[in-house]
Amino acid sequence: MSRPLLEVRDLSMRFGGLLAVNGVSLDVQTKQVVSMIGPNGAGKTTVFNCLTGFYQPSGGSITLKGEAIHGLPGHKIARKGVVRTFQNVRLFKDMTAVENLLVAQHRHLNTNFLGGLLKTPAFRRSEQDAMEFAAHWLDRVDLLEVANRPAGTLAYGQQRRLEIARCMMTRPQLLMLDEPAAGLNPRETEELKQMIGVLRDEHGVTVLLIEHDMHLVMSISDHIYVINQGTPLADGTPEQIRSNPDVIKAYLGEA
Amino acid sequence: MSSSMTGKNLKTAFFSALLVLAVAYPVLGLKLTTVGIRVEVHGASPLTLWVIAACALAMFVWQLTRERIAGACSGIPRPSMPSGAGNFLTLPSTQRWALLALVVVGLAWPFFGSRGAVDIATLILIYVMLGLGLNIVVGLAGLLDLGYVGFYAVGAYSYALLSHYYGLGFWTCLPIAGAMAALFGFLLGFPVLRLRGDYLAIVTLGFGEIIRILLRNMTWLTGGPNGISGIDKPTLFGLTFERRAPEGMQTFHEFLGIAYNSNHKVILLYLIALLLVLLALLVINRLMRMPLGRAWEALREDEIACRALGLNPTLIKLSAFTLGACFAGFAGSFFAARQGLVSPESFTFIESAIILAIVVLGGMGSQLGVILAAVVMILLPELAREFNEYRMLMFGALMVLMMIWRPQGLLPMQRPHLEVRP
Repeated sequence: MSRPLLEVRDLSMRFGGLLAVNGVSLDVQTKQVVSMIGPNGAGKTTVFNCLTGFYQPSGGSITLKGEAIHGLPGHKIARKGVVRTFQNVRLFKDMTAVENLLVAQHRHLNTNFLGGLLKTPAFRRSEQDAMEFAAHWLDRVDLLEVANRPAGTLAYGQQRRLEIARCMMTRPQLLMLDEPAAGLNPRETEELKQMIGVLRDEHGVTVLLIEHDMHLVMSISDHIYVINQGTPLADGTPEQIRSNPDVIKAYLGEA
Repeated sequence: MSSSMTGKNLKTAFFSALLVLAVAYPVLGLKLTTVGIRVEVHGASPLTLWVIAACALAMFVWQLTRERIAGACSGIPRPSMPSGAGNFLTLPSTQRWALLALVVVGLAWPFFGSRGAVDIATLILIYVMLGLGLNIVVGLAGLLDLGYVGFYAVGAYSYALLSHYYGLGFWTCLPIAGAMAALFGFLLGFPVLRLRGDYLAIVTLGFGEIIRILLRNMTWLTGGPNGISGIDKPTLFGLTFERRAPEGMQTFHEFLGIAYNSNHKVILLYLIALLLVLLALLVINRLMRMPLGRAWEALREDEIACRALGLNPTLIKLSAFTLGACFAGFAGSFFAARQGLVSPESFTFIESAIILAIVVLGGMGSQLGVILAAVVMILLPELAREFNEYRMLMFGALMVLMMIWRPQGLLPMQRPHLEVRP
């Protein structure tokens, strides 16, 4: 097996006396969909926050393609190609859908101050390209007809899709989705599943997923990590996880 | 049930009336008169006292019958604009035309207005410029800055000191003053922009005061509380507007061969202010359509999402802070040139408050709103000079009324949205 895209070793996160994450290790191979599951409060989102630099982990190491990224501020990690969505949608609600996507391309745009003031050809071209890239992705996630509406006025499912499209604007290597199916109806969940498949197969994006919808997790994941009370409980293919007695116990309680 | 309601109403009405008395009597009912070296307190005329009593009574009756009146009047439209008109007024295209019209009026103004009118218009333009600059920081980037006047002071003192010690002219110093203020904005921004909301407001408030106190205490450099006087007025292509030219210069009226007219100086100052305001308008207009402007907006809405997308929040905030300070620097150096005198007392906290009030009153982020609010805030006290004692009272009343009727500001703006072509 080749070297994993993301390697996490012995990650721990302590809040005062509470050890929220304890010794979690993950290996995420390129172009895989890896899921993290566990009961509520197991520390999954905390792991996400550590990986994306929102928390500084108390211990352990995180390497992306062999480069240590733990301790870096969030925006630097995002620039290395690790972007995430949030459990509760965090769009720029007063900005239109397409503007949300333009903001996400900020780093790739011509931000030359004078160029923008004088509307130089280079600046126009850069804006034009950004607009086309955004329109392309709006089309991919089926939001082109609501492109000019404020993001806050979109339906919930649309907002979820827009958030994923916004992540794709940054041309990520690793896309981290925090409960992307929460609040979606079965049809939308099915569409989400197809979209994740497309992202992996056509766009070469690696996906790390937190999800409670077991049907979705089992059908799409290449590898699953189970976390319980901040500690790793099991990992393996969906088949192995499904039949693992420890996992069943953690989810259903002791018989 | 109904009796308890009446009882409650009675209590509210009683306390409201008492409040009217408690506020009005010390302010209006007592007069301080200087007798020799002492100050004596006298009651006001019986008429004033009767008016206060009548007001208290009116308040009592109003509180008692308010609900019934409100019920009866619910059919009558409230004194706000119909929603259609409101929407029309906040459209970017409408505001652009209104701005153009204002610019035309502004250009024609000095050739029709009296000297006093032009002078007041110049003052208004200074505040428009300050309002526009602060609008970047508060309105666009959403950073509450209560020490904005500090950068204004830096700009003013930059020109004053350079003119005083090195004899540099206004046009040389204008960019230097802008750059100095921007530098200060940058340096102060670094430590404070980690903070958010209220904390940021308090720290910037402190910085504004520190700058003023420094200026007052560095007597060897800034002249302390006396400030610096005799600052050169701006010239026009090397032509001075004084009656007699200093050595090596020519005066404007001699150059054109016309009689000396002190109005020319006032008009020149006005036109320079107008030029600076136009420049500010132009730059900010472009900024709102640039990636940087979008990033400010996004940052104001959700900083965490911005970070997750790889935007550096500190850098983006810092750019807003620096640019805003830069405009304050321009305004400051112009202010120094117009007054011919700078002293720390021109840069007290109340100035920051007035500028902030202009931004909030006008409607956050709206350029036309800032202009309108600057006119209101500066012109009203000038027009109502005989009520000067009640100036702060009027500000207070204005703010309260605004919060009730137009909490979004006089002319809030819908940002120019970029559209995907169909």
